[in-house]
Amino acid sequence: METGFVGKAWTFGDHIDTDMIVPGKFLQILEPAGLAKIVLHGADPEFAAKVRPGDLLVAGINFGCGSSREHAPVALKAAGIPVVLAESFARIFFRNAINIGYPVLEVPGIHKGVTQGDQLSVDLATGAVKNLTTGATFRAKPLPPNILQILDAGGLAPLVAREIAAQKH
Amino acid sequence: MTMAEKVLARSGGVDEVAPGDIVTCEVDIAMSHEATAQMLEPMEKMGASRVWDPTRVVVLVDHWVPASNEATATMHKQVREFVRRWGVTNFYDVGRHGICHQILAEKGWVLPGDLCIGSDSHTTMLGGLGAFGTGVGPTEMAAVYSTGKIWLKVPNNLLIHCRGKLQEYVYGKDVILHAIGRLTVTGAIYKAVEYSGPGIAAMTVPDRLSISNMTVEMGGKAGLCPPDEKTREYLEKIHQRPFRPFATSDREATFQERLDLDLDTLGPQVACPPNVDNVKDISAVAGTKVDQIFVGSCTNGRIEDLRMALDVMDGRPVHPDARMIVSPASTDIYRQALEEGLVERFVDAGALVTQSSCGPCFGGHMGILAEGEVCLSTSNRNFIGRMGSRKSSVYLASPAVAGATAVVGSIADPRIT
Repeated sequence: METGFVGKAWTFGDHIDTDMIVPGKFLQILEPAGLAKIVLHGADPEFAAKVRPGDLLVAGINFGCGSSREHAPVALKAAGIPVVLAESFARIFFRNAINIGYPVLEVPGIHKGVTQGDQLSVDLATGAVKNLTTGATFRAKPLPPNILQILDAGGLAPLVAREIAAQKH
Repeated sequence: MTMAEKVLARSGGVDEVAPGDIVTCEVDIAMSHEATAQMLEPMEKMGASRVWDPTRVVVLVDHWVPASNEATATMHKQVREFVRRWGVTNFYDVGRHGICHQILAEKGWVLPGDLCIGSDSHTTMLGGLGAFGTGVGPTEMAAVYSTGKIWLKVPNNLLIHCRGKLQEYVYGKDVILHAIGRLTVTGAIYKAVEYSGPGIAAMTVPDRLSISNMTVEMGGKAGLCPPDEKTREYLEKIHQRPFRPFATSDREATFQERLDLDLDTLGPQVACPPNVDNVKDISAVAGTKVDQIFVGSCTNGRIEDLRMALDVMDGRPVHPDARMIVSPASTDIYRQALEEGLVERFVDAGALVTQSSCGPCFGGHMGILAEGEVCLSTSNRNFIGRMGSRKSSVYLASPAVAGATAVVGSIADPRIT
């Protein structure tokens, strides 16, 4: 998995819920490409047209609160956003993201430390985050080994596949 | 240990657990709704030949029932394909369906002390029966269906202790709305909540289910009520597996946080837009004009809720400037509402009664709001755009408040309506 990213930041506030990321009326869309076209429609209907692959998302506390819809991380990933940086995540969103092999990092101070349009660099391996526009640096909370194992495998499905295959032999 | 810790220790096969431990747990009961369609691909990748234990897997459709368009019809078709392919035997299709958490409760699939994993965030509802219920997404659910196991971090514990008892026209819904207003939408993040005390003991099981259901709205991982004789009575004729001894929290169990509530002084509560923690006493919002009243959802679509709304309406019609939509939470509740004459009374009052579906609650189908419209709903979320237009708004309250509001056409106090 690629572990270093540099990109332009889009900023969102606290409690960005799953209805904002993928509103209920779009839940019948299951294809990632289709979800990319409506990503964050509930927060900003124009966002999907503005965001470019490689851009980064920065948010406040409780990002992804609400429903268990996996559409939410799938949409963000399909939009080409390589990683979400937030003060904190709601637990189901967090697990869903990791389970599809999508890195999300809790980065204390990031919400106040980034303005829309700032250039950021993120190193997933070390957790180092730098605001290249202002020079400010941040440190992501380290992920526990069992979560890193899922990310390294590319998601929960390939990891479980390995376990099941090992049991069969 | 707390009740929640006892469930995780037992299902994790260890004597003791403490907050922060990561435990690989054996799941007692697993459920998925239309998210099952999204599990086809990960199940295929994982390579299991069938679900790990068909007696512990429940699949159903509930979000778009009956299918609302070609896309949701395809989703239902994929759910049926999944059921056939991986040997699911407990499947509730259209016509035998109900909202997932209600089906788990009323068909006796969940027992006190169970670890229950569902593909829906409101799986916390099963805590009303003393189970550790929590929601996950479809990829995780595919792993559970394949292996019967899930890793969980043992959460911190939050005790919500209720003294006194519910007053007339005040219900479990008012208790949980009040608690969320006090603790905010982040108040229970990564925590197991326990609701106990004489106020909970005196409450009916359906009231407990409404409370546990909305635990997730303050970020809670699970929300458990101690199982008791009422729980046993509720499950007596329906439980699908033998009971294990009912476990409650030890006297010396550690709760990292505690909130005390006095039910004697609690009145009807309303969560105002645009967040579930924007909770006010009904007196602060009475008179707010509404376009639609919705009685339904996993939170408050049970037979008691339908009776409660009608009791407050007391034979009076829905206000001519408003419309009322009623969705029983399951086919069994729908049938009971027919038998008791409740459907007829709603129709006579000018309300529309639908079959069971999650549709209106999440803005999926049947009861979408237009720009500028206002809904008073017995459901669980009032996020921006939740029930339709981004410029519509949703107030959350009990079915009693819904009944009063339907008659008056603006938010009204059931005690004086």
